[in-house]
Amino acid sequence: MVQPEQIKQWIEAGLDGARVTVVGDGHHFEAVIVSPAFDDKSMVQQHQLVYQVLGEKMKEEIHALSMRTLTPEQAAQQGE
Amino acid sequence: MSVQDRIKEQIVSEKIMLYMKGTPQFPQCGFSGKTVQILQACGARFGAVDVLADPEIRQGIKDYSNWPTIPQLYINGEFIGGCDIITELYQKGELQKMVMAAQG
Repeated sequence: MVQPEQIKQWIEAGLDGARVTVVGDGHHFEAVIVSPAFDDKSMVQQHQLVYQVLGEKMKEEIHALSMRTLTPEQAAQQGE
Repeated sequence: MSVQDRIKEQIVSEKIMLYMKGTPQFPQCGFSGKTVQILQACGARFGAVDVLADPEIRQGIKDYSNWPTIPQLYINGEFIGGCDIITELYQKGELQKMVMAAQG
C-alpha cells in the first residue's frame, strides 16, 4: 500500500523546489503542495503539473488524491 | 465518429457539463457526489455524462483535457477543473459567478 511519505517524495523529486505535505490512509490522500513552478499558472495548469510528475502512478498506485497547490507567495500569505 | 469528435460535440451540448462517475441522483464516487452538491448549491442547471456507462468516453475525456481523474467540469466547452478546483472556486465565490454568467 502506498504511504503518504512516498507520495510526498515522488512529488518533491519531480517538481523544482516543492514543499509537500501529504496525509492519507493508503487509499485517499490529501496533499498541499507549494512550489515556485506554479508561478503565473492557472489552477488547472498547476494540478496538471503535479499529475504529470505522478504520471502512471495516478492510474495504478494512487486511487484518490486531493490537492491544493500554492505558489510560495500564496503560501506565505496563508501561513502554510 | 471518433471518441474525440463525440466528446467535442457532447461538451458543448450543455452550457454546463459534468463528466462524473454515476448520475447526479446516484453518484458512484465521493468526488463526483461532492461536485454535484456544489453545482446544485450554485443553482446550476447542468448536463451530466456517466463515464462508467461508456469506457471509451471514460478514457477519452482524460485524453481530451490532459487530466487523469473524474469528475471534470466544463462551462461553455471550457475545462474548469476537477473536484478540488471546483471546491476552491466555490469557496472563493467564483464558481457562482461563472454559473450565473453561463446561464445568463
